[in-house]
Amino acid sequence: MAQPFRTSRGGRIDRARPIRFSFNGRTVEGYHGDTVASALLANGIHLVGRSFKYHRPRGILSHGPDEPSALLSVDRGPGRVDPNNRASVVEARDGLKTLSQNHWPSLEVDVGEVNDLLSPVFVAGFYYKTFMWPRKFWDKVYEPVIRAAAGLGKAPVAADPDRYANRHAHCDVLVVGAGPAGLAAALAAARTGKRVILADEGPEPGGSLLHDLTSQVDGRPAAVWLAETLTDLDARENVILLPRTTAFGYYNHNHVALAERVTDHLPAGGGQAPRERLWQVRAGEVVLAGGAHERPLVFSDNDRPGVMLAESVRVFANRYGVLPGRRIVFATTGASAYRAALDAKAAGAEVTLVDLRLEADCGAEPAELRAAGIEVLTGHTVLGAKGRKRVTGLVVAPIGPEGRIGASRLLSCDCVGMSGGWTPAVHLFSQSRGKLVYEPGLDAFVPGTSAQAERSAGAAKGTYDLAACLAEGDAAGAEAAGSQERRALAATPTATGFQPARVMPTNADPTKVRAFVDFQNDVTAKDIKLAVREGFHSIEHVKRYTTTGMATDQGKTSNMNALGIVAGQLDKTLPGVGTTTFRPPYTPVTFGTLVGPARHALFDPIRTTPIHGWAEAHGALFENVALWRRAWYFPKPGEDLHAAVARECKAVREGVGIFDASTLGKIEIVGPDAAEFMNRMYINPWAKLEPGRCRYGLMLKEDGYILDDGVVARVSPECFHVTTTTGGAARVLAHMEDYLQTEWHDLDVFLTSTTEQWAVIALQGPKARAVIEPLVDGIDLSPQAFPHMAMRSGTICGVPTRLFRVSFTGELGFEINVPSDQALAVWEAIMEAGRPHGITPYGTETMHVLRAEKGYIIVGQETDGTVTPDDVGLAGMIAKAKKDFVGKRSLARPDVVAKGRKQLIGLVTDDPKVVLDEGAQIVADPGQPIPMRMLGHVTSSYWSANCNRSIALALVADGRDLMGRTLHVTTPDGFTTATVAEPVFLDPKGERINA
Amino acid sequence: MLLIACPHCGNRPETEFRCGGQAHIVRPVDPAALDDQSWSEHLFVRSNPRGVHAERWCHSHGCGRWFNALRDTVSDRFLETYPAGAQPTRSSEITSPEVPATVTQSTVTQARA
Repeated sequence: MAQPFRTSRGGRIDRARPIRFSFNGRTVEGYHGDTVASALLANGIHLVGRSFKYHRPRGILSHGPDEPSALLSVDRGPGRVDPNNRASVVEARDGLKTLSQNHWPSLEVDVGEVNDLLSPVFVAGFYYKTFMWPRKFWDKVYEPVIRAAAGLGKAPVAADPDRYANRHAHCDVLVVGAGPAGLAAALAAARTGKRVILADEGPEPGGSLLHDLTSQVDGRPAAVWLAETLTDLDARENVILLPRTTAFGYYNHNHVALAERVTDHLPAGGGQAPRERLWQVRAGEVVLAGGAHERPLVFSDNDRPGVMLAESVRVFANRYGVLPGRRIVFATTGASAYRAALDAKAAGAEVTLVDLRLEADCGAEPAELRAAGIEVLTGHTVLGAKGRKRVTGLVVAPIGPEGRIGASRLLSCDCVGMSGGWTPAVHLFSQSRGKLVYEPGLDAFVPGTSAQAERSAGAAKGTYDLAACLAEGDAAGAEAAGSQERRALAATPTATGFQPARVMPTNADPTKVRAFVDFQNDVTAKDIKLAVREGFHSIEHVKRYTTTGMATDQGKTSNMNALGIVAGQLDKTLPGVGTTTFRPPYTPVTFGTLVGPARHALFDPIRTTPIHGWAEAHGALFENVALWRRAWYFPKPGEDLHAAVARECKAVREGVGIFDASTLGKIEIVGPDAAEFMNRMYINPWAKLEPGRCRYGLMLKEDGYILDDGVVARVSPECFHVTTTTGGAARVLAHMEDYLQTEWHDLDVFLTSTTEQWAVIALQGPKARAVIEPLVDGIDLSPQAFPHMAMRSGTICGVPTRLFRVSFTGELGFEINVPSDQALAVWEAIMEAGRPHGITPYGTETMHVLRAEKGYIIVGQETDGTVTPDDVGLAGMIAKAKKDFVGKRSLARPDVVAKGRKQLIGLVTDDPKVVLDEGAQIVADPGQPIPMRMLGHVTSSYWSANCNRSIALALVADGRDLMGRTLHVTTPDGFTTATVAEPVFLDPKGERINA
Repeated sequence: MLLIACPHCGNRPETEFRCGGQAHIVRPVDPAALDDQSWSEHLFVRSNPRGVHAERWCHSHGCGRWFNALRDTVSDRFLETYPAGAQPTRSSEITSPEVPATVTQSTVTQARA
């Protein structure tokens, strides 16, 4: 019979819609509405995984987000494999492939189980104690073995093919959790007309009402009230109801992050819909109604498959129509398990209940159960569970006067429902920086003083009675929405209260007892006690030393038991020990959700110039410069980088080259005080620069070090066309704006970034003028009328241009600024006109070589934020008459004027074929003892086809005093020799540039 | 994520802003008149109080304007924002950088409260 543990009727599953998925290759049948956990249990499958450390057989502990053990790898198709999914929250659907984890060769037969036999070795702090020596074992033996054994599931290797969305939302009231308290809160807030978002992690809102078959709310069965309430909320336009949505992070100013699972439950995938959606909600007020987590009991072998939480038995029976066992023993220290036992009995199970509390400390529940034909053993402890891959029995014993344990008795069973009490889910409250207070009556930390505009309600606040939860939710919602209205709802009373046990009393040898506190990390009560004895008294230290409360479940089921054991060992109160810090996320969130659409170019945007497509079509290779893609070089068939660059370099010096300089930063500086502003920002003088003239400008930070450089043209008396380095454009504009807004707001100047408006075509080489002459109108290009460092406005190919006669190569050259949208047409026209002259496109590598041949610096290559104008030989540009400019005072600081500063020089290797490494260190004498005195380093180094030898620039201490001296430069093999020279390797008199 | 009140645009998320360090440091009118010590203090020495700090902020991904803010460095709360050139109304609450190291956090909190 398929699904032998499915009840004959009942539950919220849709029995008309059967589904099939696989578990370790075996086909599992279930119904629409099942989770993977409930479907597995319906088929009698309890063994679903192996534990982290001891590889013990593990089953399903819980029905919800707190599940520590039943972690599966879920395969939704190619590229869609996620490890460590909780079987209790993954919705079962057709076609899903699920796999258990952490075993070899199989789930049934796992070699790693030997760890369980070796458990006396694997005590708390095992890693710290064991892998200490010998030191050399770490790299070769310990680390590889630990890495192979570490972790639970296997990380996916393929790129994630799914799409993820990110949405920002605002609301007046955000309600987290759609159980009784959350629903009442959302209703109360919604009635005021305020904008409400109600988020619930489950596929169906309702929380505990989804499995409450016996309570009445407002005179109707709970399920009926739930359906009516959801219909009511759904009809309201001011309410957004978000199922499958976990509020996982609570940040500043009521910024709450929600993860919505949009399509995983759909058999056909989502079509166009994203897999998951990150909601970043900014809420006016927040109501936290996230419920509570049940605590396991700590007794020997409490981790055997089939041992689960009492309320989970109830949920599986009532909501999913699944009996996790035919003979179920409930073990409890509190009242809530009695309801679970009654419901299990009603669903058809044979039931026994064991309560640690004495009969006198219980309410009317034992009598109620006995009346229903259930055996109830009060004043009994649990000594241990029997069975290995499935529980077969529970050993219980009465506790006599003075705690003496009486004769034990074996209750045979195939399922145990245990309840050690309840822990309010205060995670989000704590993340909001609210202060927790310990409530002794509840044996729990509950929300105390709020730090933000939020309030908790219901079980999240330690309120477990249904009517009280509804009233508290109603009040919280109304208050959050600023309403005085309250609506009381009658409901069936709930039996509540428990007696905290920490570890169940036992008469067994304590060294032999394997009673698990943290199921996911295999931490036993013994481990925690050992950690305390070894001196770990802070709960944060105990957590890290034993790993209790860590990993994917973050100790939702274990923390209070662990805390109680530590407090007991230290003879302190619980608040005296305190809690560990609650950090986001509340439950695991996929990287995809956090990343959202920010992948590839939306994460790391690519900027391209108008010429980019042309360069691609002509075989350019590209390099990244800031966000830009720049053409690096244009290889012809058979050419490598060196061959292509050598050809491009010679073409520029002997004929004409064309280069896309559009990435240069451009800033238009306009206003009556533009020249005064320029004077203050740059080291150069600007007042007397005539319109139509250019100047190479150098800009410092206030500390005197070079920030940026670039050619500046004065377009008109009140307008400067400033260029910056490609990578420095935004930084320079921000630097200028800062001074303009905060220091010199009296200056009448406007700054506008025009980087994207102007494309720049650099035409360089002796034939440059001949190429553009026929294309340019309105500008006299003759050397007399248009000398070096001049700027004219006119047209080129009919397109308006700001034509600069400037050069970064040392050749006759032009930089043709044209509107970006017309740049490609101009570029192609120039290429056509240049064909008879052998025009050659060149890239950034050739640009670098050509400028180095002339000793022109590149900011960021020759400078590193500690270089002054004098260091790079540009002190002559400083306007002597200017009283002040940014950085001027710092140029007189003692360490800036001292001897010994590194200065820019040229290096000529003694072997012309040797090309030095950029960054290589320079010393005077390689024979000196180590550590040697470093004189400086190579900043630029290339093979120069035009010089037919290598060239290099370097920063060397007092370098200008060392002309002609031989220095030693490190190489991968040792040292090579080079002679100090002027940093100009070609045309030192600059005759070519003025041609 | 914090909300920061730009004096020109209103509340905006903190990712739209960048911080520019301590506020109300005026660039000397004549830097050349300062001796090396005074100039290096102007350049490099900043207060780093545990408590209320006057800071420069720029709404860089919004209006682009610089403004000032009083922020509590302990709680990361903004007490006040105000335009560049203005003075804060709660200037008396700014924590003095000269608080002795022996003063505990609780006494600072009391002093502020």
